[in-house]
Amino acid sequence: MAYFEYQNIFTQVQVQGHPEMGMDNENNLAAERTKSASFSTLAGLIGNAQLGPVYLGWAGTISLATGLLWFNIVGLNMLSQVGWSIPEFIRQLFWLALEPPGPEYGLSIPPLNEGGWYIIASFFLLVSVMSWWLRTYLLAEQHKMGKHIAWAFLAAIWLFLVLGLFRPVLMGQWSEAVPYGIFPHLDWTTAFSIRYGNLYYNPFHALSIVFLYGSVLLFAMHGATILAVSRFGGDRELEQIYDRGTASERAALFWRWTMGFNATMEGIHRWAWWFAVLTPITGGIGILLTGTVVDNWFIWAQEHNFAPEYLAPYGYEAYGSYEGFLGQTTGGN
Amino acid sequence: MLPKWFNEWNEKNPTNVFGPAILVGAAGAAVFVAAMLVNFGQPFKTDTLQTGPRGTGMGVPEFQADLAASYPDADNFYTTEPIVPEANARPIRIVRADAEPTLGYLTPENYDRLVEAMRIWTGIPDLFAGEENYQTVVARNMIEMTQNINEFWGGHVNANAEVGVTCYTCHRGQPVPNNIWFEVSPVNENAGGWSANQNRVTIVSNSTSLPSDYLETYLLLNEDGQYNRIGVHDLASRVQQMEGDPLIQHAERTYAFMNYIANSLGVNCTFCHNTRAFYDAAQVTPQWATATLGIQMVQEALDLYILPLADVLPAERLGPVHGDVPKLACRTCHQGQQRPLRGLNVIANWPELATTSGEPDYSAFQ
Repeated sequence: MAYFEYQNIFTQVQVQGHPEMGMDNENNLAAERTKSASFSTLAGLIGNAQLGPVYLGWAGTISLATGLLWFNIVGLNMLSQVGWSIPEFIRQLFWLALEPPGPEYGLSIPPLNEGGWYIIASFFLLVSVMSWWLRTYLLAEQHKMGKHIAWAFLAAIWLFLVLGLFRPVLMGQWSEAVPYGIFPHLDWTTAFSIRYGNLYYNPFHALSIVFLYGSVLLFAMHGATILAVSRFGGDRELEQIYDRGTASERAALFWRWTMGFNATMEGIHRWAWWFAVLTPITGGIGILLTGTVVDNWFIWAQEHNFAPEYLAPYGYEAYGSYEGFLGQTTGGN
Repeated sequence: MLPKWFNEWNEKNPTNVFGPAILVGAAGAAVFVAAMLVNFGQPFKTDTLQTGPRGTGMGVPEFQADLAASYPDADNFYTTEPIVPEANARPIRIVRADAEPTLGYLTPENYDRLVEAMRIWTGIPDLFAGEENYQTVVARNMIEMTQNINEFWGGHVNANAEVGVTCYTCHRGQPVPNNIWFEVSPVNENAGGWSANQNRVTIVSNSTSLPSDYLETYLLLNEDGQYNRIGVHDLASRVQQMEGDPLIQHAERTYAFMNYIANSLGVNCTFCHNTRAFYDAAQVTPQWATATLGIQMVQEALDLYILPLADVLPAERLGPVHGDVPKLACRTCHQGQQRPLRGLNVIANWPELATTSGEPDYSAFQ
């Protein structure tokens, strides 16, 4: 075997046989699952080759139904805005949006075509997201698992609720909420940052970025470490946690000799979980403070002495000339 | 052809060479490209006009090829030197019956010269000839506007050097200038208010999803006879919500307007602003002040000279949505250049257009 054949990024061994249909018991669990399962070689390259069965339950059903309602309200509003023209809908899809009400409506319910549909759609989205969260909690309960996934999901939902519910209510205006649209929600993000004096000077925004990039770094380090020791059985992480083997030893030594410190086979997952959940938690705090407590983050940063001053002059005249620029002589320093 | 021992050895030692060959080939190609880039530099070279302190990222980058390209619009500017009237001669009233009254103070030679130039600049070969038509009426307004801009808006037009404006600055040889604008909002059907004026690809929105109503909002008088405030920020660090403080919606509309200005001038945000604090007058370039004057100049020009043409222009010249007058703004003159016509001095030979007094100053040509 050539050296690079075990240095792989895709799963090398796929199990495809009789599908694993899961347990049935006196609670009639199997009746709530779909009846069939199939296999996909493509899915097997990145995960388990088996697709299905799916357990939806009441929470999942509510979530899908209300989510679909939100999706259709948004889509039909967009279609309506282009005069029910399908080609125009496809052409302008990334530009179109369902906008929140204008500021003149405060927290009241505006006419349907001026943001009323937005309120209705948002209600369904809220129900959908919350019942999907409930589903993650209940499924974990049924599997007698910890609730880590549910709490992590709730951290993301916290940011979602701050953006679309808590902050608009505190500001007294639905118009502060984020529009549903591809480019329009990016417009909102920029306008939000600029309106409140540059969000980059918001320390909680900075913390959120730290945890976001940190999550990426940790995920890459951990994934790479485990793949790198999988030839020693390192991918059997649970076994390695309670019965440390040469895989863990090598992985630990690699990092300790590289940077003087190493996480443990178990602790690395706590690192990853905390970095992940702190990203939206700190971000949500930062958004919630914006406009409700702090109105201009740049001036706030100046008052707290962490916006640097620049003494060099403004304007290109100090660094070159327009004629020089057109004439391609080097301008500036 | 190959030696026998070589073939025998190959038969005994079969090796798949394709895997390694692809690997070596790909790696070799990457090394080659990297080496070429290091040696010859990136092929699309850029220059940057630095506009602010180092470390703030303030600069206007351009491709060197674009900077070096000629600019035909400037090369095609038609101009002739004035014919200086007799010494001490007061402006001579033209006796010709077909003379245009707004230019009646010119000597016949300069009158002919100016009308000839205007016909070339605007691409209207029979301007001021024969029957009085709507183009004649429009031209009178436009002459007054040009004189007004040259005389009173030097702070914007001549901010860097004397350049002035003539018909050609906007018209470029076409009866209707490029880059005029019309009111287009509401742009969405079955929607009202804040939902109706944005999120569509329009010419006015510069193909963004930002609001399409910013030009009419900021450049035309509102119902109260005032100009709407172009404002984004609350200038208090802590919350002191005041009635009339800007909202996200104002930020978005202002953003659309700023994007229009940047596109019109072929520059970016940092030509005027330090982007960390857009509002801060202590962190803007001198060009910010020039642009602010420009906005006021456009507001005045629209109000005094353009909007009154509503009753003059024929239907086919009016806007497709609201039947409004074709309007000017930054892009109508600048047409993608920091300085219109790349800073060409168009007024030097045309003192007739430089003053509203009716007494052109020919002293520079004596």
